[in-house]
Amino acid sequence: MTNQETQFTNVSLSDGTVTNILVSGEAITYVGTDSKITAEVIDCTGLLALSGFVDLHTHLREPGFEQSETILTGSKAAAKGGFTCVHPMANTNPVADNSAVVEQVLALGEAAGYVQVQPIGAVTSNLEGKNLADLGKMNSSAAKVTVFSDDGKCVSDSLVMRRALEYVKAFGGVIAQHAQDPQLTVNAQMNESALSLKLGLTGWPAVAEEAIIARDVLLTEEVGSRLHVCHVSTKGSVDVIRWAKSRGINVTAEVTPHHLILTEDLVSEYNPVYKVNPPLRSNDDVKALRDAVADGTIDIIATDHAPHTADSKDCEWGEAAFGMIGLETAAAIAKTTLIDTGLIGWERFEELLSKNPAKISGLSGQGQELVSGSAANIVFFDPRTSFTVDASTESKSSNNPYVGMQLSGTVVHTMFRGTLTVKNSMIQEIGTKND
Amino acid sequence: MKHLLSTADLDLATSLELLNLSVEMQGVNSRDIKKLPALTGRTVANLFFEDSTRTRFSFEIAAKRLSADVVNFTAKGSSVSKGESLKDTILTLEAMGIEALVVRHHHSGAANTIANAAWSNATVINAGDGTHQHPTQALTDSLTIRQALKGKDDLGDLSGIKVLIVGDILHSRVARSNIDLLRTLGAYVGLVGPSTLLPSSATQLANAVYHNLDEALSDGFDVVMMLRMQMERMNSVFVPNANEYSTLWGLSTERFSKLNSKTLIMHPGPMNRGLEISSEAADSPQSAIVDQVRNGVAVRMAVLFKLLAQESSAK
Repeated sequence: MTNQETQFTNVSLSDGTVTNILVSGEAITYVGTDSKITAEVIDCTGLLALSGFVDLHTHLREPGFEQSETILTGSKAAAKGGFTCVHPMANTNPVADNSAVVEQVLALGEAAGYVQVQPIGAVTSNLEGKNLADLGKMNSSAAKVTVFSDDGKCVSDSLVMRRALEYVKAFGGVIAQHAQDPQLTVNAQMNESALSLKLGLTGWPAVAEEAIIARDVLLTEEVGSRLHVCHVSTKGSVDVIRWAKSRGINVTAEVTPHHLILTEDLVSEYNPVYKVNPPLRSNDDVKALRDAVADGTIDIIATDHAPHTADSKDCEWGEAAFGMIGLETAAAIAKTTLIDTGLIGWERFEELLSKNPAKISGLSGQGQELVSGSAANIVFFDPRTSFTVDASTESKSSNNPYVGMQLSGTVVHTMFRGTLTVKNSMIQEIGTKND
Repeated sequence: MKHLLSTADLDLATSLELLNLSVEMQGVNSRDIKKLPALTGRTVANLFFEDSTRTRFSFEIAAKRLSADVVNFTAKGSSVSKGESLKDTILTLEAMGIEALVVRHHHSGAANTIANAAWSNATVINAGDGTHQHPTQALTDSLTIRQALKGKDDLGDLSGIKVLIVGDILHSRVARSNIDLLRTLGAYVGLVGPSTLLPSSATQLANAVYHNLDEALSDGFDVVMMLRMQMERMNSVFVPNANEYSTLWGLSTERFSKLNSKTLIMHPGPMNRGLEISSEAADSPQSAIVDQVRNGVAVRMAVLFKLLAQESSAK
């Protein structure tokens, strides 16, 4: 698509090296202190260059819910947030439980051109938790699906979960579980706590997540497969995963930005912008999750970007939809909660947002070291900024719980396959295949 | 104070002001002509998204005694059953000039949602939201307790009075409103019920928590407030069955007969006679259940008067 050369000068890598990066076409062709004469030179003094962010948990809503988000608008929001790859979840309409739907999502993503859109396939047919979806066919389709999830719903039947874990071994797949015992969370509205008692909202107890994770890590060990735990939200879940890893079980885990920074007390005024599943938890949980990111128990940060129309949030708490948008604020929240607090450094930051999710998904052109020969998927991040979040967004939806909050760190440029999708924090209009 | 959403929002001075205003309204209600001109020309809507007869009648009578115009909106037969949103319902009513909304809703927080919404300017009075709050019931109960134990004309708080609330605390908006208000007024509050309906975090709400009714009753409470037990709780495995509930948690004739003859018996209604309360207890001279209903009108007059006549003229 592009054959021009772009040179980024005086940029810091995650290990602290200050260098220049030369991009030709869709690849990085030189990293070093030499300077070349190129058509475009972008001075990146003070900026960090990191491998483009990879989101393993995104809701793009297309097909079926285009009033909330489309693959194009969600891709733009992702690019704005420094992402070069997203994994849209399968809970669309029709459900992504067959190769036709995942190939359509892939094609729409390529046409949009802002990020790599790597579909996640459903575990069970129509997300019903009964029969396996077309797991093998989705894997061998053009979409090359390796991550399967019924996200939004838990694969709660133990036999179905066991079979799914066994089945995907044949092609190196992974089951990404939304851990929520449905029986323990009937009509659940918020974290079960003294506050849920006070507010009269049905509680979502921590054990409903922890019990499923405990079962699933044991099933994974039993059948020798690979498990990924979506949106871990409690201290107890962290303990179970830490134990499973110490036992050698092949499990990875994600935490969302909102579970790293928001707590249940925000629910007190019944503002549905704070309604999310799993729910916002306590301060103790937030602390345990941050520590688990630092000690390696949690492997990645994933947004669970969940756009919803204004109407579905401008109503009674009990009627409102679960979910919040998060692609554009994820990196700043990770920086504010993990770097600014001294819990992690930039190399770990790059693992959490790029290298590890790419590894879990088995992607070759994402999450690479920024060296000559790598795909030119790069984010340029300014760690010096501090800002108040405003409501502006590339997403089609505005259910942003962070408006008014103070965060630090800004995505300045995003490059996807050699094309600047974001320049000086502005989304770029790029030629798409539909033009 | 523009709205009445929760008794947790009431400080001691405001609580006492509302109770004492209620005493004045009782005076109006004892006259031959039970009417004040305070809200002439003002329109109050009773919005009932959930069935209720006594609370709706009580609010309607209260508003009419203050000379307000009253319209009643019930979800059944309204456009809500055809799928109209809360927002559209409120926009429609406010476009017709309604200034105050008395809201009963099956969702916790619904009154807060309206009060905080950009699309509503009305004064909101919570008449019961889900399992959250029912503040006018709590004001009624505190007035009833004060007058029964301290005399009709007492204008003070409830310090030194011990109140035991019995039963399904988890699902009771009456219990929540009472706990907050009674504690603000200085009363000592005990809670008793099965652990499934009285979670361990309730220890943060009350002075004492029990899981044995006989043990609680032996602790010398001045007031025993029984809560309604919903039959559907049996199906969602909170308690084994009605017989066991009644045996362990009901104010039976036997338990009632062991109480001090001055212990005040209360129930917010509607009662399940024979389940949570025996007729001997409910109909006894020390039962305040009928007073609770009677006082409800005066309390709701006081609330409407304060929010619509006093607060808006103070601007």
